Amino acid sequence: MTSATLAGLIGAALVGLGLYGVIVDPQPLRKILAFNLIGSGVFLVFGIVARKGAAAGLQSDPVPQAMVITGIVVAFAASALAIALTLRLFEEAGRATLRSDAGANPPGDGADLE
Amino acid sequence: MSVLLALDVGLALLVFAVAAWTVFAPGAFAATVGYVVYGLLLSLVWIRLFAVDVALTEAAIGSGVTGVLLIGAAARLRRAGTTTAEETPSGSTRLFAACLCLLVSAALAGVVLLLPDQGPTLAPQAMERLPETGLGNPVTAVLIAYRSFDTVLEKVVLVLAVVGVWSLAADRYWGGAPGEARAERPEPTLAFFAQVLAPVGILVGVHVFWVGADEPGGAFQGGAILAAMWMILMMARLTEAPQSNAFWLRLALIAGPVVFLAAGVAGVAVAGGFFAYPSGLAKPIILFIETFMTFTIAVTLAMLVAGPPRREPRQ
Repeated sequence: MTSATLAGLIGAALVGLGLYGVIVDPQPLRKILAFNLIGSGVFLVFGIVARKGAAAGLQSDPVPQAMVITGIVVAFAASALAIALTLRLFEEAGRATLRSDAGANPPGDGADLE
Repeated sequence: MSVLLALDVGLALLVFAVAAWTVFAPGAFAATVGYVVYGLLLSLVWIRLFAVDVALTEAAIGSGVTGVLLIGAAARLRRAGTTTAEETPSGSTRLFAACLCLLVSAALAGVVLLLPDQGPTLAPQAMERLPETGLGNPVTAVLIAYRSFDTVLEKVVLVLAVVGVWSLAADRYWGGAPGEARAERPEPTLAFFAQVLAPVGILVGVHVFWVGADEPGGAFQGGAILAAMWMILMMARLTEAPQSNAFWLRLALIAGPVVFLAAGVAGVAVAGGFFAYPSGLAKPIILFIETFMTFTIAVTLAMLVAGPPRREPRQ
């Protein structure tokens, strides 16, 4: 097994781990973290495609590398926007939750709001 | 070789363990700190894939700048309260999610294992035309010459993200400054640290940008380091974030994409194609564009971390 294949396998594992976090964890901040795990896992899988494209004296195909660099920056921009939304939600509602607001819930359900 | 393999396996296990920590850690703050460590370890994996440019970007932006953003958010969300029992998914949901995620991971792992040893590649084409750009780093050539339109659009995404973040400000703060005011008496340890680190860091940032033409590095990595230095100065409260309605700030935010796009349009007249650079002048033009881009990236990243305006604008 080469280090490239190993890196690809970590990438595959990270995608699953991140997906689990996005589904299971109710806190928005943790969901953002988990989503970033998925992203970096996808980048790693793409990274081994770059490594397998080694040719012309290069150890790694530069085109996927450039796309991953672009991807990392765009992922950061998206995370920044998501975090700003979470913080704004917290400022407005006093809590950061993705649960639908108390009014939309059945009566008696709002007891845990404060 | 077997030592290297052992190191690779160890690194892989470590990355996986820290990633698992960010998902399963009991507190959001602990998870966030785990994510920063994870990003740094991941950049080592990128080095093992011989993608040093990506490793630098991952360390600077994926781990560093994102880390500041996440830790700041986790600290402010500490009072957000813990998860209520009702929000916590039931055991069967967890089991179902775990099975689904295992399936996804297994499918991806299967694809990774089935990849041919020598995949399709654009490396020969990238190297063949590299002398025409005057650059020595093929990754920079892809970013600024071969696929410049992607890079311009990415800059536009960054500007849109700043617009999105700023538009979350309360009405009365619109146009004001994000973050805290400059301190009368900055905290001495932090101020000393910032004063020692920032001059060195700014030099390193400019160097990383400059060598990016021929060696690993470039506008993104250098810009992220410059942004980090500005953030350190703001955190030490030696300086304060600019007002979001400042004319120079708005100019700085769009300078990179505007110069890049202008160079692209000029290519139609001068070199006979959108984003074509006249031969012989390619390298100076690329460095000119990259200078503005580095500056814009530094300002944009710092503003994205600073968040929406939180103080009323001064008149």
